[in-house]
Parts: sequence; C-alpha cells; structure tokens
Amino acid sequence: MKFQEIKKEAQARWHGIWDGQVPVILVGTATCGRAAGAVEVLQAIKDTVKKQNLNCLIYEVGCMGHCYAEPLITIGKPGFPPICYGRVNPVLAESLINNFILNDDPSLEFVLGALEENELIPSFSDFPRSKYEKRILLKNCGHINPEEIEHYIANGGYESLSKALQMKPEEIVSEVRRSKLRGLGGAGFPAGEKWDVCRRSEGEPKVLICNGDEGDPGAFMDRAILESDPHSVIEGMVIAGYAVGARHGYIYVRAEYPLAVKRVQDALHQAEEFKFLGENILESGFSFDIKLFQGSGAFVCGEATALIASIEGKPGIPRHRPPRVAVRGLFGKPTILNNVKTLAYVPHIIKNGADWFLQMGTERSKGTAVFALAGKVVNTGLVEVPMGTTLRQLIFQVGGGITKGKRFKAVQIGGPSGGCLPESALDLPIDFDSLQESGAMMGSGGMVVLDEDDCMVEVARYFLDFTQKESCGKCTLCRLGTKQMLDILEDITKGKGKMEDLQTLEDLAEDIKQGSLCGLGRTAPNPVLTTLRYFRDEYEAHIKEGRCPAKMCQTLIAYYILPEKCARGCDACVGTCTVEAISTDKKRRIKVIDQEKCVKCNTCLVACPPQYDAVIRLSPPDQVPKGGSTPTLTLPHQGGGNL
Amino acid sequence: MSEEKEIEEKTREIFSRLGSKRENLIPILQQIQEAFGYLPSHAMVEAARFLNIPEIDVYSVVTFYNQFRLTPPGKHSIRVCMGTACHVKGGHITLEAWQRRLKIEPGETTPDREFDLDTVACVGCCAMAPVSVVDKKVEAKADPTRVDGILLSYQLQKGQEEKETN
Repeated sequence: MKFQEIKKEAQARWHGIWDGQVPVILVGTATCGRAAGAVEVLQAIKDTVKKQNLNCLIYEVGCMGHCYAEPLITIGKPGFPPICYGRVNPVLAESLINNFILNDDPSLEFVLGALEENELIPSFSDFPRSKYEKRILLKNCGHINPEEIEHYIANGGYESLSKALQMKPEEIVSEVRRSKLRGLGGAGFPAGEKWDVCRRSEGEPKVLICNGDEGDPGAFMDRAILESDPHSVIEGMVIAGYAVGARHGYIYVRAEYPLAVKRVQDALHQAEEFKFLGENILESGFSFDIKLFQGSGAFVCGEATALIASIEGKPGIPRHRPPRVAVRGLFGKPTILNNVKTLAYVPHIIKNGADWFLQMGTERSKGTAVFALAGKVVNTGLVEVPMGTTLRQLIFQVGGGITKGKRFKAVQIGGPSGGCLPESALDLPIDFDSLQESGAMMGSGGMVVLDEDDCMVEVARYFLDFTQKESCGKCTLCRLGTKQMLDILEDITKGKGKMEDLQTLEDLAEDIKQGSLCGLGRTAPNPVLTTLRYFRDEYEAHIKEGRCPAKMCQTLIAYYILPEKCARGCDACVGTCTVEAISTDKKRRIKVIDQEKCVKCNTCLVACPPQYDAVIRLSPPDQVPKGGSTPTLTLPHQGGGNL
Repeated sequence: MSEEKEIEEKTREIFSRLGSKRENLIPILQQIQEAFGYLPSHAMVEAARFLNIPEIDVYSVVTFYNQFRLTPPGKHSIRVCMGTACHVKGGHITLEAWQRRLKIEPGETTPDREFDLDTVACVGCCAMAPVSVVDKKVEAKADPTRVDGILLSYQLQKGQEEKETN
C-alpha cells in the first residue's frame, strides 16, 4: 500500500473518533500519571461507562507536560470543545461521566483547560504560559494514543519519512546541516556534522543509536517522549539511518523506565507491520531495523563510548576519543549516536525545511528546548520553549513561581554536570553556550528549582555523592578525587569542616577536571564550584558557626515546638511522629519533643496545622532551650517551611 | 527438582531464545534476573559457559551495573528514588523512614524475606517527588507517614491472606 493511502485511512479513522457522535475520553497514563493514580482513574471510568451502558471511546495517552495536575483526563463530547480535567480521582471521574457525558454539565470547577479555543471555557492557549511555550517535540504528547500508530500517522506522522525516501541521502544530511540542529542530549554537537562524518567513513554496516539513557537525576524529558510519542523517535531514526547509510539501529532505554521500554517495543512492532521499518521500507529499496536495548542502571552509559561498550556486552567504561564513534563505534563500525530529542526533531526539519527551524532560537542555538521542571516550582512538568528564553521566564512565567510563597534561591540546571545558578543569573537566556560562562550548562534539560529551605552545601554534597558512586573508576582523579571532595563536603554538612577545606575543594575540582577522560569526570566538580562561587557564605556558616542557614543539614538542626504557639488540645504532631518522640507536658499542657529520640524526619512540622505553625527548626541545635524553660533565644524567621 | 536443575532448565530456555553472541550477555543476565529475581551464581556460570567467555567477564558486568543483584529479593521490593527533585523534597528522609521501619540498610532484605530495600537513581517522576517504587508501582509523595501507610496496608493484606488460608 502506498503511504498516501495509509495516511488517508488513518485520517479517516482519526476524524471518525473526534467528529463522530460518540464521546471520547483520554486518560494520561504515562509514568507520572500512574504515580498520581491514573490507572485507578482509568478503571473507574471503564467501570462507570459499563455500569451506565454508555457508548464511549476510551484511550490511554501519554503526558501533556502538566505533571503538577496529574492525573489528567480529557473528555471530547460532540457539541463541546475537548476539555481537560486535572487532579482527577476515581470519584471525580465517575461524577464527570455522570454530569458531563450524561447531562451536558461540563463541571467547570474541575476544568484545567480546553484544548481548543472556544467561547465557553478558557483554553490552554489562554494560559499566560502559552505565550512562552512552543510545542514541537511535545505536540502529540498527551493527545494521541502512543500504542496506536494510526493516531500518529493521522497527525502528520511518517509523512517526512515518505518524503525523505524520495530525497537523496546527501540532500537530507545537507538539509540537517543547514538547519544547524545541535545535539539535544546536552553537549550540543552539530548533528549534521556528525552525520556527514559518519556518512563518509568507511566500514559497513553503519549503525545508528538513539540515546535514551537519561541518567540525569531530575530529568524526564526523554522518558515522556518515549512513553507519549514513540513513533516520532522511530521516524527520526529511520530518516537518519537512510541519510547516513546505516543498516541497523538501536534504541538504548534505561531499565528504570519500564513503561517506555514497553511502549517503544510495541511501537517498533507496529512500524514493522506498516513497512516503516524492516526490509524495503515503503518500497524504496532501503532496509533498516531497530533493536531495543535496555540499559542496566549506570549513569556513565550516557557517554557515547560507554554506551557502546554496554551494547557490546561489556562494563560501560568510556574509551579515549579519537577515533570518534562516527568513524569507529559499535563493533568497530561507523556509528551515529543521537539523543531522543535530536532524532525526534529530524522529521519536523524534513517536513518544514531548515529555514523554518532557523527562525526559532538564538544565533548559535536554533529551535526549541524541552525542560523538565521539578523541585520547588508550582507547575512541575515538561515545558518546551524556544532557545533563548530566560531562566526567569521559564521558572516564573511558565513554571508559575515558587511553591508556598517561598523565596527563590537557586536553580540547578544540567544535572550532576551542571551547576546551581543564583537569582542574579535569572535573566540569562538559555541556550547551549550562554550558561557555560556562569559555570553551569544547559545539559539535557533537567531543571530543579531550589528555595530558601534548600542548603546549597547539601545540594553540592548530594551531586558529588552521585557522581562519586557513578564514576566508572577508570581515571584516578575521578575515582579518588570525587571521593575526597565528598568526604570534605560531608564533614562540612556535619559541622566538622575547616576553612582551608574550601581551598582544597577548589584545587581538587581543578585536578579532577583536568585529569578525567570523559564528561562525567570533567564536569563532576561543577555543582561544587558553582555553589562555592555563588553561595560561599553558606559554606562559611556551616564551618564557622556550625549553622545550616537553610536548616536542611540534619546534624546541624533540631526541631522545637514553640510553647506559646502550641495549641492546648491539639495533638496532630503526637499522632504522626514516626518514633514517638513527642509527648505532652501535662503541667504546661503543651507538646514537647524528646531531642534524644527525634530522628528529624520533618513529619511534625508538616502535621502541625498552619493556623498554629508551632513547630520550627533551629540551627545550630544547641539553640533549643534546656529543661523545658521558655526559650530565651531571639527567634529566627519562623517555620522553616515544609520540605 | 533440585535448585541447580531448575536454574539450568530456565537459563537454557533463555539462552535458546537470545543466542550466543557476546553482545547478548546483558540481555541474558536481565532475563535471568527477571526469572529468579536475582542472579544465582550457578546461572552466571552457565551464562559464561554458553557465551564461551571467562566467568570473570560475567562477574565484572554484573557488579558494574546497578540493576543486577546477587542475593535473592524479598517478596516485595521497595526502591527509593534518590533523584535531585526527590532529594530536595526529602527523599533521604523517606529512605531513613524505610530503613527505620524495616530495620535494614539499602541493598538488604528483611530476615523474613518479606521486603527488600534499595535506592534508585531517578525514575523520572520528579514532578511527584518524593517517590518510592513499591512492587513496580510508583508511589507519589511518599513521605514518612506514607511509608507507614504503605507498610500497614501490606500487613493488613498479609493478615487477610493468613485468615483465608486458615
């Protein structure tokens, strides 16, 4: 069957879903939705539909990016625009079906937004954040069923493949080169250059690898795309394979992403059935196959040569480059290794042309970037913005600012290779090059927002702990230097640091950068260097005063219940204390924490009703008044907030 | 059937499905772990023999990657996410809560083999932080109170099962 016929059929079916007389219910069941209870919601919907004997189409879709409002469902009812509801639970799902589908009441109080502009309900495009967003890679996410290839085709999918197969391979390479598309895995190497080298390298069969080993803690862009729109990645891979003359492809997905693994596997089978993969693709004479390879939990395998070693069945230890993998890669053959998002961009560039792509972004970084917003930001989730958007726009306009009205302290960007940037850096435009100077890097797109309750020394210690454990051990300075740095940071967070440690940290950081082979070691000191640069006072407070200004380092804090604020009859904290450390002082009728028993788990602070707000954190811990007397301390700013 | 026999039978089935190319080592190990919940040493020896590689090569791969475990798991597996977003929202406190309740360290199994505890780098549910993965189900906003709740539900379930069997 010719592609145009396939497309026509798929579109007819797609329009049949949305233009028909039957209501459609989409349930977001990507991992983030599932964590929030989407599977239970889906079951409740199925049960209700059955109970009411309704004729309804129910589809599972991926992630729309509004993770803060999960579980999300979208209801399309004839006569209404498709409406998305957030924070749905099984009870709400049932009532939405009863009220909206059976009785035309769209239950406005639960609406998140409509998918189309209309006069009845505010749509997503009316959200202030939509001014900054530009969804290209995420266009389909949450709107199509990732397990139905026809949904993808009906929305323009595989059109570019059909177009590309009629072009000459070198034309595709030169179009991608002209577009200046840069690798979206973090390093930002021009994709077209890489392809060109591989194309011209000798050795057959050439190999194409899609890097979905998203190891940065705090990043989930690739997971969301693989779970929500796997065909976009597969289509990009086939086009790239054709362009560079590859015969085999691999998708390398982390084993920590079981749902992505399953959805990619299903998508590969469907693509084969439809002749977009395998022998003689769309009767063009070009043959290409893709294998799914599951990573086994090693951060270093995000590095090209380590990833290749891992596919070859060896420990993922990086090797020296050159030779570049485009010349000698998997099994010694010329290999292209691109990130999930880079490959997912390829069909868009082929379809719309390099000039379209060049219109977006900054001088040296074109197109859009996908960020995973997490941490202390209101709208956690996925966002896609043009390159050059500032950090401030991203965090405050798109992300909705800081949770619980707290003060912004820093944004951690680029994962363990990146750094923590303070408020003064918020107006930097985000692209591949601009953040380098500030000591951070754009990285693959993980962005964790930190507020006044986050201790920067502890954050630096956390990242060092991570890289230290994940170092493959090949280079001495990475293996032992990171361990030394970690030991020093641990001492500081426990109040045992010395001022000269700060110099040692800086020296070690420089040595590790110089003496490591791969990106893991060369960037491992960045979180420490940036926090030392921007938040040196916090290090000094830990060392000189034994005080953690953010009240996060457990050794340096104590929990205390303010007697004058503690409500007499309330015992919310007593019930929730996980170690029974809180008791009632009968004489004064207040609650008291036994400091010996307290494990500093923060539960009482969360449990204390906001109108009393009696539990506070004190640092250093010796500020807690002895013997139950009323505190003589000058109270620091109260609460300390919730973790 | 003796344990060794069972291992041989199951690994043979996995071998025949995947083939004896060197690069199949990791998929083979992954499927053995899927079948047994861990990598029995006898299965690793069998894998080395099948792929015609030294046993030490198998062992080096097994100990390099975080995914593989050398001891039998508990009936229920608990994986605490240690990602950045979870960390700043108290992931380490959640881990401590699990440790305190189960009285084991990460990487260990309770003596009654009911639970095993471990950390995981990041499961990509950062927007739901802090998370723990309990028996493959991602538990969102898993703070110490939620930890107690989850354990209680397992206790109740176990009590129910015992009642039914009696």
